[in-house]
Amino acid sequence: MSAANRGDFGREFVHLNMLITDWLVWFFLAIAIAFFIYAATQPHWREPWQRLLKNRIATISIVILGFYFVLGLLDCVHFMQGSQLVSLLDLILKPLQHGDEKTYSAPFSLNLYSINDPQRLKYATSHLIDISQRPADIFKHVVIGFFEGLISGLFIIVLLTALLSFIKKYSAKHSLSKLIRGKTINAWRPAVLVFLFIWVIIFICGNLAAYYHVLGTDKVGYDVLYQAVKSIRTGLLIGTLTTIFMLPLAIILGLAAGYFSGWPDDVIQYLYTTLSSIPGVLLISASVLVMQIYIAGHPELFPSIAERADARLLALCFILGITSWASLCRLLRAETLKLRELEYIQAAQVLGVSRFAILWRHLLPNVLHIILITIVLDFSGLVLAEAVLSYVGVGVDPTTLSWGNMINSSRLELAREPIVWWPLCAALVFMFGLVLSANLLSDALRDALDPRLKD
Amino acid sequence: MFAYLLRRLIYAIPILIGVNFITFALFFMVNSPDNIARAQLGSRHVTTEQIQLWKKQHGYDQPLFKNNEVTGFQKYTQTLFFEKSVDLFSFNFGKSDQGRDISRDIGERMWPSLALAIPTLIVGLLLNITIALFVSLFRGTFFDHSTMILCVVMMSISGLFYVIIGQFLFAKMLQWVPISGYQNGWQAWRFLILPVLIGVISGVGAGVRWYRAIFLEEMNKEYVRTARAKGLSPWVVLSKHVLKNGMIPILTGIVVVIPMLFLGSLIMESFFGVPGLGSYTIDAIQAQDFEIVRAMVFLGTVLYIIGLILTDISYVLVDPRVKLNN
Repeated sequence: MSAANRGDFGREFVHLNMLITDWLVWFFLAIAIAFFIYAATQPHWREPWQRLLKNRIATISIVILGFYFVLGLLDCVHFMQGSQLVSLLDLILKPLQHGDEKTYSAPFSLNLYSINDPQRLKYATSHLIDISQRPADIFKHVVIGFFEGLISGLFIIVLLTALLSFIKKYSAKHSLSKLIRGKTINAWRPAVLVFLFIWVIIFICGNLAAYYHVLGTDKVGYDVLYQAVKSIRTGLLIGTLTTIFMLPLAIILGLAAGYFSGWPDDVIQYLYTTLSSIPGVLLISASVLVMQIYIAGHPELFPSIAERADARLLALCFILGITSWASLCRLLRAETLKLRELEYIQAAQVLGVSRFAILWRHLLPNVLHIILITIVLDFSGLVLAEAVLSYVGVGVDPTTLSWGNMINSSRLELAREPIVWWPLCAALVFMFGLVLSANLLSDALRDALDPRLKD
Repeated sequence: MFAYLLRRLIYAIPILIGVNFITFALFFMVNSPDNIARAQLGSRHVTTEQIQLWKKQHGYDQPLFKNNEVTGFQKYTQTLFFEKSVDLFSFNFGKSDQGRDISRDIGERMWPSLALAIPTLIVGLLLNITIALFVSLFRGTFFDHSTMILCVVMMSISGLFYVIIGQFLFAKMLQWVPISGYQNGWQAWRFLILPVLIGVISGVGAGVRWYRAIFLEEMNKEYVRTARAKGLSPWVVLSKHVLKNGMIPILTGIVVVIPMLFLGSLIMESFFGVPGLGSYTIDAIQAQDFEIVRAMVFLGTVLYIIGLILTDISYVLVDPRVKLNN
């Protein structure tokens, strides 16, 4: 972090300046990849995985989530450009940063959103002389964006298919024709179509965004589309980092309580009963309140606004994690109690395998599916919770771009005459896409992993 | 049964002490009595004597956990933690930072909370169970699948969306109901009907899925097959047998939330200006009023534990196979 004040030697002096949350997200990603590599080598994991991929809804959700994650991860590589902290995503979103208008403007509007004084926008749409040129201009950019997106998207799909067929030693032509006819074993055709659709939309928006405010501007003239896309990072961070904090507690305590009965079990049960007796929102609010006071009282620890906001976000994830491990812990304890009595564990004990080895090698792998389902299930709840917490005033820092903050600041604008609906709608739609795909995926995952449903 | 309940009540004490310890530690370790005094007196031009005086007046002049100036058992009783805990355990919540009596505030604000929470619970329950019954009757059909997808979609929409759109549509555009506010007595229904409606709708997605899962689990049991085999129609089996047996998990799921109704709904109350305990808590959080938040956390925990005990009792009442002996 000390790199921040090394500063501005050349005009475009660039060096990496990752925030703490950035590192943690990449750490989370590394764990996830490690898990997938592990799961791919295990036959009992390969089977549910294949079952999952045969599910159309699952593959579509994975593609949508993939887009969110790629955008979010690009936003998790920060570096200093001159004296400004920017991320890779900022570079991609360059066309959206025309400069800030004065105040509200409607989507695709040429003027500010004001009855008395509808001035022309300062930055966007300056290439048009008057409004009669607009339909033709929009049409032109949509068509260009459509073909750019279609061609590049198709190119990516063909390339990927060829690459995969080459690795698996199939004929690429054969795989492609199977994909087009929808004859692949896994449900790839719908997923590819959704991929193409979103890819084309992104290109159309990208083309339009260079000349228009596609989703309008907000009260202080920021581009709403830019805000909504930048908010993805916050949503993903809350969904993933919380699990990083929650998992070790839940796994270690849950397995220990189930396996070593007696006093460890009593103590751990007491701990999670006490913690889950406190109404969740109250505990979270109280903790966040305390954290806010701490951060406000120690300004010397956080030299820049970005770092303070980052610390608040991290602390919020930490608090959410600390307050939400109890339910997973209870599930794991119950499952461990059941597994402990099975013959293979008893056999391991008789053979003199150490307790730690039994926990690590025999119990943990057999509760992994519960952990995986919980992570995906919690994810959507956490993204939704962020919005509510921001509304209550105990969410992320007000300077952090997040859907909760967007909703919160634009909520009162519905009472304006005429109404300002676009910031609200943008935040809700972006959030809805992420939460819906996570919910659908968690359903599909549960169906694929739950042995009870296996006939 | 009596002995069982007594034991459950005794078990509750260490949990309450634990909760109390957590909230105490949260508030007083970061926010020391000195800070509280300084915040109350205004941060500028405060002398140490003034702070000491304020602490003495408000009972903050003891050490936190261990008093080394006295001997024996009093080492632990003459402390801030002990005294504040005793106050809480006797439901004496003291005064808020603004000097209002918290216990009286809670007594007053409980009723609007209940007026909002009880109709939401009942209407939501009836609606969810009815839909879930229909859906499980048509299990595996197009109707079932589309309803389930609709449920996931409704679950994925932020609760804030329902509130904002509902307020905009019914209060601003159609002007059927006032946007927000509250009135005591029967006139309150005009203010409550919209939040109740929105509360029910935002819970439908998750509720229907939950109850459908319960009914489907019941429907896979042997007695349902027997009933069908002896010629009962699917509707009769569902309404007479499945519903009755499904009531056990449903009822116990509800009983646990009944005491929590007193706490009200944070979001609904503050959006609709209902002067209940939910908006009380939010206001306290936003004003950083520790005494109120601490009292609400404690109250919430007590209510939760009462809910758990009631759940156990309701198990016995509903299911004759359950006995609470050990």
